[in-house]
Amino acid sequence: MTDTTAKPRSFQEIILRLQSYWAAQGCAIMQPYDMEVGAGTFHPATTLRSLGPRPWSAAYVQPSRRPTDGRYGENPNRLQHYYQYQVLIKPSPPELQALYLGSLEAIGIDMNLHDIRFVEDDWESPTLGAWGLGWEVWCDGMEVSQFTYFQQVGGHDCTPVSGELTYGLERLAMYVLGAGHVMDMPYNDPAAPIPLTYGDVFRQTEQEFSRWNFDIANTDVLLRHFEEAEAECRAILDAPETDPKTQRRIVMAHPAYDQCIKASHIFNLLDARGVISVTERQSYIGRVRALAKQCADAFVQTSAGGWAA
Amino acid sequence: MPDLLIELFSEEIPARMQTRAAADLKARMTDGLVEAGLTYAGAAAFSTPRRLTLAIDGLTAASPTTREERKGPRTDAPEKAIEGFLRGAGVTRDDLEVRDEKKGQVYYATITKPGRDADVIIAEVLEGIIRNFPWPKSMRWGTGSLRWVRPLHSILCILTDDAGEASVVGLDVDGIKAGNTTEGHRFMAPGRFAVTGFDDYAAKLKKRHVVLDAAERADAIWQDATNQAFAAGLEVAEDAGLLAEVAGLVEWPVVLMGRIDETFLGLPPEVLQTSMKEHQKFFSVRNPKTGRIERFITVANRETADNGATILAGNQKVLFARLSDAKFFWENDLRVAQAGGQAWQDALANVTFHNKLGTQADRVNRIAALAREIAPVVGADPDLAEQAARWAKSDLPSEMVYEFPELQGLMGRYYADVAGLPPEVGAAAQDHYAPLGPSDAVPTAPVSIAVALADKLDILTGFWAIDEKPTGSKDPFALRRAALGVIRLVLDSNLRRKLDGILIKGIGHWQAHQGFNAIETRLRAASLLSFFHDRFKVFLRDQGIRHDVIDACIAMPGSDDLALLVKRATALSDFLKTEDGENLLQGFKRANNILTQAEQNDGVEYSFGADAKFAETQEERALFAALTEAEPQIAAAVKSEDFAAVMFALAGLRAPIDAFFDAVQVNSDNQVVRRNRLNMLGQIRKIGLAAADLTRIEG
Repeated sequence: MTDTTAKPRSFQEIILRLQSYWAAQGCAIMQPYDMEVGAGTFHPATTLRSLGPRPWSAAYVQPSRRPTDGRYGENPNRLQHYYQYQVLIKPSPPELQALYLGSLEAIGIDMNLHDIRFVEDDWESPTLGAWGLGWEVWCDGMEVSQFTYFQQVGGHDCTPVSGELTYGLERLAMYVLGAGHVMDMPYNDPAAPIPLTYGDVFRQTEQEFSRWNFDIANTDVLLRHFEEAEAECRAILDAPETDPKTQRRIVMAHPAYDQCIKASHIFNLLDARGVISVTERQSYIGRVRALAKQCADAFVQTSAGGWAA
Repeated sequence: MPDLLIELFSEEIPARMQTRAAADLKARMTDGLVEAGLTYAGAAAFSTPRRLTLAIDGLTAASPTTREERKGPRTDAPEKAIEGFLRGAGVTRDDLEVRDEKKGQVYYATITKPGRDADVIIAEVLEGIIRNFPWPKSMRWGTGSLRWVRPLHSILCILTDDAGEASVVGLDVDGIKAGNTTEGHRFMAPGRFAVTGFDDYAAKLKKRHVVLDAAERADAIWQDATNQAFAAGLEVAEDAGLLAEVAGLVEWPVVLMGRIDETFLGLPPEVLQTSMKEHQKFFSVRNPKTGRIERFITVANRETADNGATILAGNQKVLFARLSDAKFFWENDLRVAQAGGQAWQDALANVTFHNKLGTQADRVNRIAALAREIAPVVGADPDLAEQAARWAKSDLPSEMVYEFPELQGLMGRYYADVAGLPPEVGAAAQDHYAPLGPSDAVPTAPVSIAVALADKLDILTGFWAIDEKPTGSKDPFALRRAALGVIRLVLDSNLRRKLDGILIKGIGHWQAHQGFNAIETRLRAASLLSFFHDRFKVFLRDQGIRHDVIDACIAMPGSDDLALLVKRATALSDFLKTEDGENLLQGFKRANNILTQAEQNDGVEYSFGADAKFAETQEERALFAALTEAEPQIAAAVKSEDFAAVMFALAGLRAPIDAFFDAVQVNSDNQVVRRNRLNMLGQIRKIGLAAADLTRIEG
């Protein structure tokens, strides 16, 4: 067990401490979803599981991709690939704020020396058709987390309401570790036989993906993939509920949602390539939202979504 | 007389909603109590990030018993009627009293409503308020269905009697039971404690590091901030909005002043100020000698053992990152500006303004042409106006404006200076968006006026050409504001130019592109003009001129000349407020009604040909003389736009018209006399209508 009274010394130690803290609070520690997503919210463990009446409690790291934020690894805190730590508890427990503050203490933020504030910031995801009320949490003027009570996802009212916490891990870790540039931040223990910085791990990939995202990605192919993902999503949801082979009722909400995630990420790539005009942007967002909504409609027809025969 | 204390304790309430919410709680609670028959001596509401508090003193302990007497049916009325009366009044037959009245014996019931204790009333009213609170946005949490701005954790609700003895009001809202406890500062004094009344509550809160009163917090912040700045020979840039917001973010304000790194001091002060305010909610601290912003003030929510050193260092670090971004943008922008801004002009060609209205570059070309055309009318040099219009949108693709959209225009001015453009061009870039609201200043420099008008007229004619007008609450391109802006610009600079031609030309520009014809162009221009008239009505109504008065003026020719319109409407409005005006209007309407009736019946128009020789009475002759005298006077005054003189001449007609109607029956049996009288009424109508379309005045 790590000593939570001492300051953490590396990026990974902060992740490990969050994992053990939330595990101790009873969350299922899940693994990242194996698809490209723009934020931890896209993980089905959040989007889909926040729907329906069944209780849920999960925490996980989610690698997230924002192609337009690529800076070739040069900007001190902007990355096209970064990590979010995500917690989702349904129904939101009454002491969620206190639980959250406990997690900050667990990663070495001394509540007696710092100024923690909950500043209004309502969350909305136009592509997911989702919104909630909450705050951005400030530590000494820096935003360290998003704290949201989900009200609607995929056009469905959330009953019960989930409480969602999102930590931007690089930014939070830089603050706790006192790093000025993300690439200089220790990734593993600086005293390890082979100490690695964040830059050792990610500088090269930031360069490679920045170039690909901005200049190389084949937009014709991407446009086609978008259409295909959209069509596949619809086709999956159009399939009859009863599987002719097994004679079971199998509503394929998750496979359809994978296609929705895919379409969403392709849209982000197209956006980074600058081939989507302002007005077209709205229409693409609307198309992804329509998929998300249909996936949500399907999920509530499954047993995890509360459907009972 | 007991005192009431209520505290609704929740997770952090958005700063912008706190003051209003406290006022709503007070208004709804006191209204509810009074409606239920209680009275009180005084009430005060407070808010902090985590609580809404209401203290009411001198509340009556119970509502009074009321008696109401109700008259019922006669004693010999059908049994059903009597039973119905008993049911309605909630009494038995034994309770009824019989009285002798003119029509016979009648039943009377006395209904007694016993008074209720204050705590019962309070519980009922407070629960209703909590369940229907007017939050701008509210939410559910956990498994519940109750809505509040953020999760509601506890309700404190106590009545304190004259002996200082407190009792909890029995109330349970979805499992949240009212009690006599609350919490202090989240970090500095965690844990619940009990209170016995308002004074005890406020004192205990202060001991537990909570300043209850937002005004007291704001005062303390401002005092401390100005003191610290003064001690360093500096001054705090005033910002009442920011002060109120910051006071809503803390329960225990601690003011900390920090330095801005030297490397950022070359940034424009507005950039520093905007970046610090928008992102960090910092106050800017200026050097009064140089006007430069050299330090910042942040307000923390707690004291610490290191006197805020860690907090200040953290804030300073965040600011460093923020300003590094701003500096990066500024330096990139300066390079483009020094090269003449061509890169931005090129970029505008790639930015779609609207998919039916082309790119921003197309728009700039149109504005430039229009500004050039308007320039001579407002006394601006056409070349300069065109140059200014071409520069006005240059800053939109700049990195600084991308980051801080609220700096658009202002950055255009800075970059114009760097690019070595004439000062008028920079000023127009900064001012051409104005006026943005009803109280925003209107540009006064001629070049700025030309560009500001061109900008707004282009957007209006464009959207009318593609038929995307504002509907209901939907006005995404702020077209109402643009129209009001045009109105204010025209009136402030007393611009005498008919709008019609400009609108037709502006919409006509899109004719081929949108595939409509010249008739359609005119129809759309007319629709846009009536949109202007609607905005104009709102504008004048705010200045106390009635909508029907404005309608009466809009119906007159030349209504696309807004300055003329406002002159006429003001004179008419003033006139109608006088007794002469009111009576003349009645006379006019009477004449018009009789005339309209007669014209309908006879199928002819009585518009001229009245002759004094057919007059039978003195009053007819007097009216005839007065009309003959007034007509040319009014025509001349209308021509010279002296509407005060028009109204004065109309006022002179009031007495003869009144006398005429008092003495004369228009519909005489003698057809010649009748026709002559109707023709005289026709003359009244003609004269009245020369001033304004008086038929549209109500009342």
